[in-house]
Amino acid sequence: MLKLRDGIIELYRKVASSLPPDVETAIRSAYDNEPATSASASALMVILENIKRARETARPICQDTGLPVFYVKVPFGLSQNELKKTIHEATREATRLVPLRANAVDIITEKNSGDNTGEGFPLIYFEEVESGALVIDLMLKGGGCENAGQTYKLPLEEIGAQRDLEGVRRCVLDAVQKAQGRGCPPYIIGVGAGAAKDQVARLAKEQLMRKLTDSSKIPELAALEQRLLSEINELGIGPMGLGGKSTALGVKIGVNHRHPASYFVDVSFGCWAMRRGRLIW
Amino acid sequence: MLGNAAGKAYMVEPKNIRLPLSKRDIAGLSAGDMVLISGQLVTGRDRVHKYLVEQRPAIDALPVDLTGSVLYHCGPVMKKKDEGYEVIAAGPTTSIRVEMYEAEVIKNYGLAGVMGKGGMGEKTLAALRESGAVYFHTIGGAAAYLADRIVRTVDVWKLEDFGPTEAMWIFEVEDFPAIVTMDSRGNSLHKEIEEISFRKFRTLIGR
Repeated sequence: MLKLRDGIIELYRKVASSLPPDVETAIRSAYDNEPATSASASALMVILENIKRARETARPICQDTGLPVFYVKVPFGLSQNELKKTIHEATREATRLVPLRANAVDIITEKNSGDNTGEGFPLIYFEEVESGALVIDLMLKGGGCENAGQTYKLPLEEIGAQRDLEGVRRCVLDAVQKAQGRGCPPYIIGVGAGAAKDQVARLAKEQLMRKLTDSSKIPELAALEQRLLSEINELGIGPMGLGGKSTALGVKIGVNHRHPASYFVDVSFGCWAMRRGRLIW
Repeated sequence: MLGNAAGKAYMVEPKNIRLPLSKRDIAGLSAGDMVLISGQLVTGRDRVHKYLVEQRPAIDALPVDLTGSVLYHCGPVMKKKDEGYEVIAAGPTTSIRVEMYEAEVIKNYGLAGVMGKGGMGEKTLAALRESGAVYFHTIGGAAAYLADRIVRTVDVWKLEDFGPTEAMWIFEVEDFPAIVTMDSRGNSLHKEIEEISFRKFRTLIGR
């Protein structure tokens, strides 16, 4: 798996240093939308220049190279243990070579492992597929936007959220309003609704892997994604929380079946530096 | 403000400021001002703040005098070279995490300002007013761009104990861009924007 390891190191380099084209295009439109002399326009201008410099010099876009989150589609017969080992090796090497910031801290000793590996670090989700290629998706999830996330248990009277899609809508607006500029807007918002806390948290984060041009295949959710995007942008939080029209670049919602007694909603924030990429092997 | 890299010309001229700042310099800064900072500043994030408040090291126990300087909430990516370190990426981290410590740090060490992203709360705002200091907001995620504004790594403190992300780096910066979002007279852009967005939120949910 040596070659695969090198492929994953390159994936790290690419994801850390170059923003997906759909995200960059959305940031450029956001910039065009803000008044020329505003603080938010100048912040977006620096952001655009930064994207360019990072790509040209193969340097990380953000110093927080994040918690690496892997979504791996494994063809039947390939060992997940071996893949996990290879991902860990690639992570150690990438930390040294890209370089990435060492972000894995032991809860007990407070020691940083120095190489971005540790218990449950990177975060890896495997899914077995019948056949075809090994597909490795990587997201580098910054801590600032991760901290802005919220989980809700419906009903929630203080925001009038009942157990329905209108309740989901209220949760998302509440989460963004509470986050303000702390997670580096303009945001990409992932939403998950379903039966259990861990399930909706995973679902919400997975939505961040969808392209900004992608709409939910479920018409009710596609409509809610659109509506929420425009409502969030009415809040006036703006780029970096400095005020303005662009608080979010996209809203993506995923749902699972729920239990009759349970209705959980998770809202996951992606910062503007939404670093994701794919390796097909 | 910062050139016209993306094809838009700018009318607003930033203020050039040089560290250390005098009390008069600080009084001349208002929420909304765009600035370009030059001079020597230090980094400090979660662990530096906890240490400064819990251990209370004497002013002369620190590697540099922080009077009139700026404490930058930043955990950079540093690359070890044969001699010293190279700054690879150095954008701001979320400031609100050190809200419980910052007021004391500002007062004890005579800072002219703190810099980060996302703004800070009431306790820090009050300390800025009492001590005569400001909060500078720089651009989250713009780490390559901002690293290029750091012209020299002067020194580092607590590297062994805290590691390169959490250590206190002493940097010389040139034309480092930021916006004053909390000033020494109690004004906070963050508070204003939060109030506006909260009113809008109440309207959107019909409450």
